[in-house]
Parts: sequence; C-alpha cells; structure tokens
Amino acid sequence: MSQEIKGGPLTRLIMNDKAGRKLLLVLLLVSVLVPLSNLLVPEGSLFHVSTFTMTLLGKYLCYALLAVAVDLIWGYCGILSLGHGAFFALGGYAMGMYLMRQIGDRGVYANPELPDFMVFLNWTELPWYWQGFDQFWFAMIMVLAAPGLLAFVFGVLAFRSRVTGVYLSIITQALTYALLLAFFRNDMGFGGNNGLTDFKDILGFDLQADTTRAALFFASGIALIGGYLISRFIVTSKLGRVLVAIRDSESRARFLGYRVEWYKLFVFVVSSMLAGVAGALYVPQVGIINPGEFAPINSIEIIIWVAVGGRGTLYGAVIGAVLVNYAKTYFTGAFAELWLFMLGGLFVLTTLYLPKGVVGLWAQIQEKRRSSSGGPGGGQSATAEGKV
Amino acid sequence: MSIATPKHIDHPTVLYMNGVSVSFDGFKALNSLSLFIEPGEMRAIIGPNGAGKTTMMDVITGKTRPDSGTILFNDKEDLTRYDEAQVANMGVGRKFQKPSVIESLTVFENIEMSLKGGRSVWQALVHKLTPARQEKIDEILDLIDLKDRQHEEAGSLSHGQKQWLEIGMLLGQEPELLLIDEPAAGMTDEETMKTAELFKRLAKKHSLMVVEHDMDFIEALDCKVTVLHEGRVLAEGSLETVKANQEVIEVYLGR
Ligand SMILES: Nc1ncnc2c1ncn2[C@@H]1O[C@H](COP(=O)(O)OP(=O)(O)OP(=O)(O)O)[C@@H](O)[C@H]1O
Ligand SMILES: [Mg+2]
Repeated sequence: MSQEIKGGPLTRLIMNDKAGRKLLLVLLLVSVLVPLSNLLVPEGSLFHVSTFTMTLLGKYLCYALLAVAVDLIWGYCGILSLGHGAFFALGGYAMGMYLMRQIGDRGVYANPELPDFMVFLNWTELPWYWQGFDQFWFAMIMVLAAPGLLAFVFGVLAFRSRVTGVYLSIITQALTYALLLAFFRNDMGFGGNNGLTDFKDILGFDLQADTTRAALFFASGIALIGGYLISRFIVTSKLGRVLVAIRDSESRARFLGYRVEWYKLFVFVVSSMLAGVAGALYVPQVGIINPGEFAPINSIEIIIWVAVGGRGTLYGAVIGAVLVNYAKTYFTGAFAELWLFMLGGLFVLTTLYLPKGVVGLWAQIQEKRRSSSGGPGGGQSATAEGKV
Repeated sequence: MSIATPKHIDHPTVLYMNGVSVSFDGFKALNSLSLFIEPGEMRAIIGPNGAGKTTMMDVITGKTRPDSGTILFNDKEDLTRYDEAQVANMGVGRKFQKPSVIESLTVFENIEMSLKGGRSVWQALVHKLTPARQEKIDEILDLIDLKDRQHEEAGSLSHGQKQWLEIGMLLGQEPELLLIDEPAAGMTDEETMKTAELFKRLAKKHSLMVVEHDMDFIEALDCKVTVLHEGRVLAEGSLETVKANQEVIEVYLGR
C-alpha cells in the first residue's frame, strides 16, 4: 500500500492497482463489445450475444457493483452489514416507481395517474410519496437519497452508540427484514406482494427493445466502473487508511483523535448509495422489483460473493459476485433445491481454506510460480498484492 | 505515612486529578486518587499488577467515566466531559500497554496517520502528503530508528519495534501530555535505555506520565515517582525515598 501515498489521483486510482487495472480494462471492453455484438453482429454468428445473455450479464454487473459497495465497508472498515440488500432494493424501488409512472394510461385500468395496483385497491389519489416520480431526474435523486437517508439515520444511531461486530450484523438483518414485512403490505403503496412490474419504457424508450437493453447494459458497466473508481479513490486516500485503522483497531483510531463514528457513517452512506444505484440499474433489466429483494438471505449472499472473491481488494468483490452468480445461474437450473446448501458449503470452504478468496489464491499461485522459477527476491511482491 | 491530597494547589498543572474513584461491579479500581503533574514534568508511576495504573489512564483519556472526582487538563478543561477522540485532540497522547499499531498499514502510513491535524472526514479524503509532512515523518522515522523499514507492514515488526512505532505515533500527534503505559515491555536492555533517553529529551517540551515495572528504566528516567496501590497513591517522591518506604517495600518491591 505504501506506494499509493505518492503520486496524483490517476496514479492512485489506476497505476498502482495492477489487478484492478486489468479488471477495469475487461469491464470497459465488455461494456462496449457486448452491446455492439448484440446489436450489430447478425444472429447465428459465433460472435452474437443474445439479448437474454446480455441481460443476464447486465444483472451480474449490478451484483458486482453491490459487492463493491459491501467490500468498501466490510473489507476496509470491518462493518459486516447483513442488510445491504435493503439499500439495493430501495434503489430498485425508486427506479421502479419511475417506470410505473412511465406506464401512464397504458395500464389495464388506463388510469393516467395511478398505477394499476392502486386502482385495484380503490385508491383515488396518488400518495404524496409517489409525487415527482414521473420525472426521471427526481427518481434518480431518490435512487441515491432513499438508501442514503436510511443508511444515515441507521448509522447515526448504531455507530454513535458504538454498536459493533455481531450485534451490528444482527440489527442490519433486522432492518432488512423489517422492510421486507413493510413492503409486503398493500397499504404501504408499493404494490405489496407483487411489487412493481409490467414496465413499458424508460425515458420514452421501449424496455423490450434490444437497443434499450444494450444501453442499460452499457450503463451498468459504466456504473460499475464508476463505483469501483469512487471506492478506490476512498480507500487510497488517507480516509481509507483511517478506515483500515478502524477495522484493525478501533480504539487506536479513537485515541489518535479520529471520530470513528463519522468515518463509519460516511463510508456506510456512500456504500448504501452505490448499492442503490446497482438496484436501480437491476430493475429495468429484470423487469420487476418486489419485496423479495429485502429477504435477509439476499444480504447474506452478498457477503458470500465478497468472501469468495477476496475481501478488501474491491476487484475481488467484482470477481466473486460474477463467479458465484454464474454458478448460481448454472446450478439453480440443474438442481435448484440444492443451491442454498451449496452456497453455504462454499462459504464454509472459503472461510476455512481461502481466507483471502479467489484473488488471494491467485496471488499465492503466482508467488509459488515465481519462487519455483527461482528469481532471487521473486516471492516478495506477491504477498503484498494479496494482503489487506 | 499519609500523602497530602490538597484540594487546591497553588502552582499550574498540566494534569490535575483530585479524588477520582472508579468502581467495576463494586470493586474500586481507583479509590479517591489524587495526582498532579506540572507542565514539562516527567513522572514515573509504579505499582503492583492491578493497582489501577491503566485504569487511571483510561479515565484521563475519556475511555472510562469516573464515578466521582475532578480531572483537569491545563487547569481548565474538565476531561471527564469528553470522549477519547476529543481528549486526544486537546493534546493528550496515549501509548497502550499492549503495543497497538495498525498492523496492516505500513510503518510510514502509521506515522502519517498520527500527524497532528486533519481529523475530519473531509480533510482525510483530500489529504495530501505535503513536503512539510514528509519532513516531519522522516524526522520521526529517524528518531525511532525505523527508516529502513518504513514501507513494511507494521505487523511484521518485532515487539520492541512496535513499541517504538507507537511512541513515534505519539510524537506525530504533538501532544502536550503523553501517557505511556509500559513502554519497555519486550525491549532489549539497550532499547530500554535508548527509550529512557528519548523520554528525557521529550520531557523538556512535553509532560510525560510513564508507567513501568522495569526498575532500571525508572532509575534511568531520573524523575519523581508515584507508587499506586489499590487505586490510591501509596507514596510519592524521588526513587530513593519511595524505595525506602516500608509500605512500598511490602506491597511492591519486596515481592
Ligand atoms: N473494564 C473493567 N472491568 C472490570 N474490572 C476492571 C476493568 N478494567 C480494570 N479492571 C480491574 O481494575 C483493577 C485495576 O486494573 P488496571 O489494569 O488499572 O491495573 P494496572 O495497574 O494497570 O495493572 P498491570 O500492572 O497489570 O497493568 C484490576 O483488578 C482489574 O482487574
Ligand atoms: Mg496496566
């Protein structure tokens, strides 16, 4: 980490992050090439990416952003949030509300103002908290503000009363569970059990069109790259080192004069907003948001992605999210009922045998290769790479 | 023999503790403790295990709230009203009994983090390593003899080196009052003596309170000694006088 101190922002963000640099390059290529090959390469060609595959990959990108958000607080600051799915879902609902309003009078009940489910409930007026969501810019602000505000209030309460460790994890689970129950209720005005769905278009573009899908995919890739760079900016600043200090020895940070609660609050809020953005990009691609997204198990899965990929590296989180979700897609197709057990097993195995995740393993392998190829001092740099 | 515990003293103090008591589940860890440190003074604190030495530092630094008593910093700030970070930023630095450095940061980063100022979240985010800061870090690295290991993780240092690093972090904070808990633990004799020399030099600019069991070290500090026992001051004075004190011999030195 030492070299990261020197140099301008570009050096800090990119040049010193060898693995991250490769990852960003891959992400950039994927973000550009996948949509292009979907739109321009004729179907049937080997290089054509189907809309189905593109949408699936787009989902992975959103998950990867969510994983980066979690790694930022867990990997660097030791805050084990088991409720980050809630922030993802809130961002998703904010986007969903915009998409519902976009439907306009094309719903089953053809009400120009009210979404179908409200008409069905015999509501006559749009609730106050649905106001403004017909405006895209307003919805985008809410994508950040809704998770950010919840994280802020939660963080002020939890961090100022110094709730840490397992207690914090438990109350974050409780938080997402409480929201799950709340959003299930019809009278909450978020579509209850069914959630929000049957979206038609976004910014006037048909959501079923390949071009729209391609644009959403591209946006997800860019959001992931942006989220990665924001996180990287934070962790390579002195603030990032204070976060590591808090993770390693909270009391030391306090006695050095750092107000630990404000640092935690800051990074928690940033992380919740990244999660919100991920959720907002996820919803138009999958076409639905329902209370199931608040399920406690979802939040636990995110932790597993990060643990599998390798905690405290950011790029590990991206890799973990893609790997585990690819496995999930594959296995839930083949033996659905076993997936949860496999996920649990995966977590146990990683914790026991791969404390630094897949990227740690990779660093280890490289170190072995280097030392067996016999260059003097070759083993040194590899340890530095897999650390934190 | 009884120790005078004046309610008011007529000379300025950097640390004023009067009648401070702390109990844990009825057990009195500090029992109406009174102790005064003058500006620029170095004070050694000795006493058997469980005497309350660490607890005393805890109440000064805002970690533990005393049940009763007064603690003043520079005769004005009531330290019992502030939390750890606030007390630290007022100018009270603390070295822990168990070496406590940030193990996964480098030696350099540990020192950099300790440098005075820039404690807000925003300042930390936009922090830059200015030449002045770099110079200050180099100075401290020289002083604690860790320059050639500055880019290594602090976790890889030996016990003694971690102690030194933590002392270096204290210096970075530029505190007025340094509370140092068992600095010599895990150090070689040579390192111990070097540490004593360093503290003596520091005492001119700072006030120091040093807790230590190592009597050679205390002797090398050559300063006023306070003996704590069962949460109270048992004796106070030059090392000779407290060594000759019958009670001190019984509870501490005679073991
Ligand atoms: N948080 C706590 N809860 C309960 N008892 C405590 C707590 N902190 C300290 N004590 C008790 O208070 C007494 C004083 O402890 P303290 O750590 O201050 O002693 P010390 O003089 O620093 O001893 P040592 O030389 O071993 O470091 C001990 O009996 C200890 O067990
Ligand atoms: Mg102690």
